[in-house]
Amino acid sequence: MKRKVVVILVLSILVVACNKEDAAEEEYLATPVSLEIPPLFEENILPPVIPEDNPLSEEGIALGKKLFFDPILSADNTQSCATCHRPQNAFTDPRRFSIGINGEEGFRNSMPIYNAAWNYGEKFFWDGRAGSLEEQAFEPITNPIEMNNTWPNAVASLQNTNVYPPLFESAFGTKTIDSTMVSKSIAQFVRTLISSNSKFDRYLRGEVALTEAEANGLDIFLDESRGDCFHCHGNPLNPLWTDNIFHNNGLDEFFTDKGLGAVTGDPRDDGKFKTPSLRNLAFTAPYMHDGRFETLDEVIDHYSEGLVYSETIDPLMKKVGEGGVQLSEEEKAALKAFLLSLSDPSFINNPDFRP
Amino acid sequence: MKFFKVLMLCLGLAMLTGCNSDDDAGTTPQEVNVVFTFSHYWDGSQIQNSDFDQTSYVNAHGETLTLSKLVYLISDITFTAQDGTVYSAEDYNLVNVREGQNLSFTPNVLLPEGAYTVSFTFGFDDEDNSGNYPDLNSADGGWNVPDMLGGGYHYMRMEGKYLAAGTTDEVNFQYHTIRANKHTTLPPGPDTLELLEDTSFEVNLGEINITAETGIEIDMNVAEWFKNPNTWDLTQYYTVLMPNYEAQILMYQNGKNGVFGLGATTVP
Repeated sequence: MKRKVVVILVLSILVVACNKEDAAEEEYLATPVSLEIPPLFEENILPPVIPEDNPLSEEGIALGKKLFFDPILSADNTQSCATCHRPQNAFTDPRRFSIGINGEEGFRNSMPIYNAAWNYGEKFFWDGRAGSLEEQAFEPITNPIEMNNTWPNAVASLQNTNVYPPLFESAFGTKTIDSTMVSKSIAQFVRTLISSNSKFDRYLRGEVALTEAEANGLDIFLDESRGDCFHCHGNPLNPLWTDNIFHNNGLDEFFTDKGLGAVTGDPRDDGKFKTPSLRNLAFTAPYMHDGRFETLDEVIDHYSEGLVYSETIDPLMKKVGEGGVQLSEEEKAALKAFLLSLSDPSFINNPDFRP
Repeated sequence: MKFFKVLMLCLGLAMLTGCNSDDDAGTTPQEVNVVFTFSHYWDGSQIQNSDFDQTSYVNAHGETLTLSKLVYLISDITFTAQDGTVYSAEDYNLVNVREGQNLSFTPNVLLPEGAYTVSFTFGFDDEDNSGNYPDLNSADGGWNVPDMLGGGYHYMRMEGKYLAAGTTDEVNFQYHTIRANKHTTLPPGPDTLELLEDTSFEVNLGEINITAETGIEIDMNVAEWFKNPNTWDLTQYYTVLMPNYEAQILMYQNGKNGVFGLGATTVP
């Protein structure tokens, strides 16, 4: 009998010793959520980027959404993320430059937000200065020309409410709030902002037909000698409609804003900005990193006859010496019709993305 | 008592070995992987990140150029044994020289040590080009080729700026290689495609003795894309080369004549 007890004891030690999971390190797990990946994305591109240290959860997403729309994060409780990233504008700002809590104007147009989980290179903002969505969400709270808060103050504001501590406990297992949890939860919500139901998506799914102008516009978009938009903005097999890479697209001869170059310190990157997605252009005016173009027509005119040479101009810009590819008015109209077919009204009207 | 001592000893040993996650059988593996590395030159000068947009090169036709991008696809690395047995994972690797991505690649194939003729394909052959590859669709904004140009995937995107002899205005060039496609009329449209020609090509690196952890360097001499057998006139062929059937054939001919070669073979 004694032998049996010893054997069981020793075997127990063996099992415990070999178990790599340390019970003491058991972590709180909120209710896991898997992103609903649109079939066109599933079939054609790599899965979204979900960091191991910030898995999606029901509670985390709900908290992130509440924080996104709550002005409590700004120093004077007047501005939320949604002030400059408005759902009805595909989460950008219709103003050329957003205005911070002190009335100070920014110097870049607010970036729209959708399908951000598919940014494989994980460089966010127009100049790529944030290396993850969590980092991206972290910055505006303390930016002096945006929310102009301090993290201790923002965290204290949240901690002093009756509402937030239990929500953080549900999402992260603790009522003691910190800045990391705030940015993690906002990043979780942002990853759920998926746009995949434009007319062109429905065309690819065989649900609708393109008009003649839209179909011609697609041809121009894919034609190297006319639009050649696809080398930076993707194609029907890349439903993101951006390469998420940085280019100088011939806007200026000299740079007052160096973009990526200011971040990397490499003069070869001067004047480069992230390619924006072409989805939802119907809702995201004005255009370019500095919002200089109020209409889509102006954007098309730029590539057609407005290109300006500078040392770092991207080699994909065609006929720079002539100002661009010289599209006819008919071609411009067709290209515009196609571009607008990439807009997704169901995205901006999705109640899950409203406060 | 003896029983307990023996039991404890056995279980102690079992615990030590059972908890060791490194499985070392202590024998030389019968089959080995081969690691490939990719190096790039302009004739004798190695091309590094710092050379992009900085270093000027003169091509065989006399244009002075700088490179901004050099990304290319290789596939089907194949090992043919002396008895004719073929080993190939039929996988692929997209090399981004400027970004330093995928400069090392280990095909997913194990092969017995021995002498092999080693070869690979530049680009995708027609069989591979018919597939849908989410990782390539996601790369560089979409590595795939629009359907109206025949579909499939780019083989290479080499881009930069050049100065024609005696001029001072830089001109952008896009030296993109894809499957040659001929059209009834240009610009291409959904109904203009009349001929597709597989312009991927095989590169034979010769016979190499493969042992455990053999490393093989593949060299690309970029200057050769402009040199042999066709002296490349960049002032004529600098843009819109994808739907240019003649240009694709010329690129194919230059590509398979001395662009790639065997670099160092290492055995650690």
